[in-house]
Amino acid sequence: MSAILKNLWLRNTVLVIVVAIFMGIVNAAAHGEFLNPRNLVTVLEQISYNCILGVGQTFVIITAGIDLSIGSLVALTGVVMAQTANHLSLGGVGLVLVTLLAGLAVGAAAGWINALPVVKLNLPPFITTFAMLEVTLGLSYIFSGGQPVAVNNPIFSAIGTGAVFGLPVPVIWMIVVVAIASVLLTRTRFGRYVFALGGNEEAARLAGVATARVKTLVYVISGMCAAIVGFLYMARFSSGSPDTGTHDELLEAIAAVVVGGTSLMGGQGSILGTFFGALLIGLLYNAMNLIHVDSYLQKVVLGVVILLAVVLDELRKRYLART
Amino acid sequence: MRGIGKSFPGVRALRDVSLTLHSGEVLALVGENGAGKSTLMKILAGAQRADQGTIAIDGTEVAIASPHDAERLGIGMIYQEFNLVPQLGALQNIMLGNEPVRGFMLDERAARERASAVLQELGIELPRDRPASRLSVAQQQLIEIAKALSKRARIIVMDEPTAALTDREIDALFALIARLRAGGAGIIYISHRMEELPKIADRITVLRDGSVVETRTIAEFSPADVIRAMVGRPLDAHFPALDPVKPDAAVVLDVRGLSRRPAIEDITFSVRAGEIVGLAGLIGAGRTEIVRAIAGADVPDRGSVEIDGQRTHIRTPHDSIVAGIAFITEDRKGQGLVLGMTVRENITLAHLAQFVNREHLISQSREEAAARKMITDLHVRTPGPEQLVRNLSGGNQQKVVLAKWLLGKARVFLFDEPTRGIDVGAKAEIYALMKTLLENGAAIVMVSSELPEVLGMSHRILAIRDGRIVREFTRETATPDAVIAAATGAAA
Repeated sequence: MSAILKNLWLRNTVLVIVVAIFMGIVNAAAHGEFLNPRNLVTVLEQISYNCILGVGQTFVIITAGIDLSIGSLVALTGVVMAQTANHLSLGGVGLVLVTLLAGLAVGAAAGWINALPVVKLNLPPFITTFAMLEVTLGLSYIFSGGQPVAVNNPIFSAIGTGAVFGLPVPVIWMIVVVAIASVLLTRTRFGRYVFALGGNEEAARLAGVATARVKTLVYVISGMCAAIVGFLYMARFSSGSPDTGTHDELLEAIAAVVVGGTSLMGGQGSILGTFFGALLIGLLYNAMNLIHVDSYLQKVVLGVVILLAVVLDELRKRYLART
Repeated sequence: MRGIGKSFPGVRALRDVSLTLHSGEVLALVGENGAGKSTLMKILAGAQRADQGTIAIDGTEVAIASPHDAERLGIGMIYQEFNLVPQLGALQNIMLGNEPVRGFMLDERAARERASAVLQELGIELPRDRPASRLSVAQQQLIEIAKALSKRARIIVMDEPTAALTDREIDALFALIARLRAGGAGIIYISHRMEELPKIADRITVLRDGSVVETRTIAEFSPADVIRAMVGRPLDAHFPALDPVKPDAAVVLDVRGLSRRPAIEDITFSVRAGEIVGLAGLIGAGRTEIVRAIAGADVPDRGSVEIDGQRTHIRTPHDSIVAGIAFITEDRKGQGLVLGMTVRENITLAHLAQFVNREHLISQSREEAAARKMITDLHVRTPGPEQLVRNLSGGNQQKVVLAKWLLGKARVFLFDEPTRGIDVGAKAEIYALMKTLLENGAAIVMVSSELPEVLGMSHRILAIRDGRIVREFTRETATPDAVIAAATGAAA
């Protein structure tokens, strides 16, 4: 046993050393720009959107499901919130709260609809959430007329680009979402049931777990995370656009989850893992930008790193479980 | 096999094990769960590699590094858990991995002919194209055997082949084994059923704690001696003596007119406090369906269930747990446990509400204390509560399932095949536990395919055939012949 622990420690140490050396080299090549606190805060801000999406996705993936609709749900909730904000005669905090609640309601409703056929008819979530991707994308174009909807009240811009104690608002949101989600997943009955459902749904059902409710909730959580990201983008750009969130966001959120050690087969995973997965990807992009790696090549490197991270994790698990 | 040794992290699974198998012989391999039988056979089949030792076939030393190697050397393995592709039919499953081809194309006709020939040669009758998932356990077992034999195996390992079979199917299997033996094959037969060994085995090898304890011919090895060698101590009474039900004992479980067509029809019976009612019958007779309907695992079409005189409205397993029912399923791995979770997490899964504090957070320390207590009380052999259930042996996994239900305040316990695939020692512990439950006023319904178990551990026995209760026996009237006759519909 102690030999295993020692080896694991060694392994992680090696990894830490490799990453540290890599960072040192990049930092030197970028004339100290990389490890500059200002730059690191920028990286945190950049990853916060995909990290929050990844947190919602982590719940879904641990139940052995997938939510493909989150990217276009960011667009739809952004558009809906921009329209809501412009049509309300409120001001100040009240306006922000009502707008945010409207977005969360749309996200939660989309998640609930995603789960309905999965729970009632046992349809694969790949299909139902793919259908939702198309529907929400279409709706976001309809509600916006195909153009970004500018938000009139400047309070949103202040929130979206503001900072508290030097931390940009999206980073604060990310920290709060990660903290709440982590407690929810590791310390509550709901969280335990999420793992049980992903590990063996029938055993969970026979143990009295309300499997339909738990499954529905994970998609609702994922939808609400998408709504939070929709809100943050809307605030940052002072507009809700049907093009926001519909590019690489979905795939990079899934990448963060997977790199973070959550199993696509279900039953295994963690929120902190997803955070570090997003951080790793963010640092990698940032480092490549600073040392002027060609943007096409960046994609290749990212793909290789995702694969390597997952292979390494699998090897580590096999080593630990070697029987 | 000479001097085979194998260690897992923290466990020495096999220690200097040597084993000889002659052609035309059936060698029975027995031992408690965790004795190392499965590991030894996995090494022979190439599924795992030994740390030490050698294997020779026909006097030539061989290296078996993969299941493919084993297959090439004529070793056929029939695992306890089936390895069939559920969507494929019998014929396709038999030919899986050996499909004849013409050019790049599958030669469907040759495949059918070859697989049909195997079935015919073995005298096996079954629907040839129905997906394996829709066949009975016994039929799936037969496909596994045909699959192994289609590869011209000369060394055949059978791991608990009769665990899921009825007596009639067992007779057919034994006839098949006799033919294989006469044809010169060597067969290693793993079983927990002592009573079948004299019928089938030539020699018996007993494993205990990873070592060979004894090997003797069947004539020199009485069942009592075998059990003594297995457990390392004499084990006299197999079943504990059940106290009679008190005359004034109240009815705890009252089932009226329960139906779920076409599986079960108009099931009516009651169980009193301190009573075990055994459900006897063939596989597919509807026994499991009856307990599933009571437990809310399936929703019945009609009928009522009362507990302590209170009408219940059970639509889901959760409802039944609240009503005071514990359902110990027949399929541990598929329905009883989340294998990737820890012992602690599995034990508390059905009663997590007990471990939640005022902030709605789970108290892991309280969970752990409860798990530790259960591990001690039930003698679960595990390094600790944080061990993954996947890594426990069958008997210990079953104890974890029981621990899960003992955490609650259940009044009714539904046991479906409580001791399937479990060694003698663990069986005795589970029987003792059932007795303790009775003393605490519980009512027990037990489904079992092992007739001695039904006869030895029930106050009353209900014979089930075609989804109906066909006859009721008391302890006194229940003879093996009468129960079998009722269950099979044969005139007694």
